Amino acid sequence: MSKANRLDRRAVVSSLLKDRKGTIAVGGLGASTYDIAAAGDHPRNFYLWGAMGGAVMIGLGLALAQPKLPVVVITGDGEMLMGIGSLATVGLQKPANLSIIVLDNEAYGETGGQVSHTASVVDLVGVAKSCGIVNAQSLETMSEIEAFAPSLQDVSTGPRFASVKIDAANLERMLAGRDGIFMLNRLRGDLGFGPI
Amino acid sequence: MHARAEAPAESSNSWPEDIFSILQRFDVRQVPYVPDAGHSELIQRVLASKTMRGISLTTEEEGVALLAGAWAGGQRGVLLMQSSGVGNCINMLSLTQIFRFPFLTLVTMRGEWGEFNPWQVPMGSTTQAVFELSGVKVLRASHPDEVREVMEAAAGQAYNACTPTAVLLSQRLIGAKVFTK
Repeated sequence: MSKANRLDRRAVVSSLLKDRKGTIAVGGLGASTYDIAAAGDHPRNFYLWGAMGGAVMIGLGLALAQPKLPVVVITGDGEMLMGIGSLATVGLQKPANLSIIVLDNEAYGETGGQVSHTASVVDLVGVAKSCGIVNAQSLETMSEIEAFAPSLQDVSTGPRFASVKIDAANLERMLAGRDGIFMLNRLRGDLGFGPI
Repeated sequence: MHARAEAPAESSNSWPEDIFSILQRFDVRQVPYVPDAGHSELIQRVLASKTMRGISLTTEEEGVALLAGAWAGGQRGVLLMQSSGVGNCINMLSLTQIFRFPFLTLVTMRGEWGEFNPWQVPMGSTTQAVFELSGVKVLRASHPDEVREVMEAAAGQAYNACTPTAVLLSQRLIGAKVFTK
């Protein structure tokens, strides 16, 4: 069920990636991957169709390998909860070029809309802060999103974490590519790495 | 240092040092780990290294995802864990098939060879099968003088051929943990 005053997830992601420049965008399993695809396919998009709970860690591996490039992980509350410990690992490593955005609809939208822990007890911003990610906030309006978006390009002040409460409506699936080897090598190629 | 290449079995080098030097030669940069006593010397070497980054995890599956991201960004890595952590990785190991990236993990074995703690035995007994069912090739070292050779083979096939590989460092090699009051 949709709650009042929640943001449209596609508008949020589109705004965050509008002036992405060299940003690598990792999409967590589920609707977040569709949102990134809907904002426009890009060789630096990294769509996950599985490995639930792994999005932040894939982003961390990328961020440590490419410290001069902005890396943004965009994922959902369910995917984030499954890999919640990875926030502690990020807090310890403090990659200055990594941003984590959680699109929080308080539900498992892909599987029937069952409520998630964030609907009642879990405050993800509080979790991120207590894991050592000092730069953690919730974003509640589109103007806050637009003001926040340029900070993704700042590779010296991360890690940063933002939670965005979004409308729980299931939007039309925007099917991203799901050939992992193609996508991986497309990204590596764009970063200047050849095949083995 | 270069003498090590011809060093015989009675070499004074410790086997963790052999592992470290091979990882160094293969330009391994990210080393995620969940601590284990059997890996403690290697972890110390990694944390003191200028070229490798030791990354402490809260659970082993984080390391599988991290290494996929590292490779996407152009770096090689290796995951250090003990056998009880292998079960935590199962779903995340699907990334080794999906991405065909150079996955290498070094696993110190528990639950075998004079194990005192029965709670280690179930996962220790299924570690090799779990890897094989997940599409990861398994090599094993049980004696100090074979560690270097096994590691050379494992690193070679993982990094040169993107063949996901696990090296099981047997409890016979690391010594059964002694529990005293």
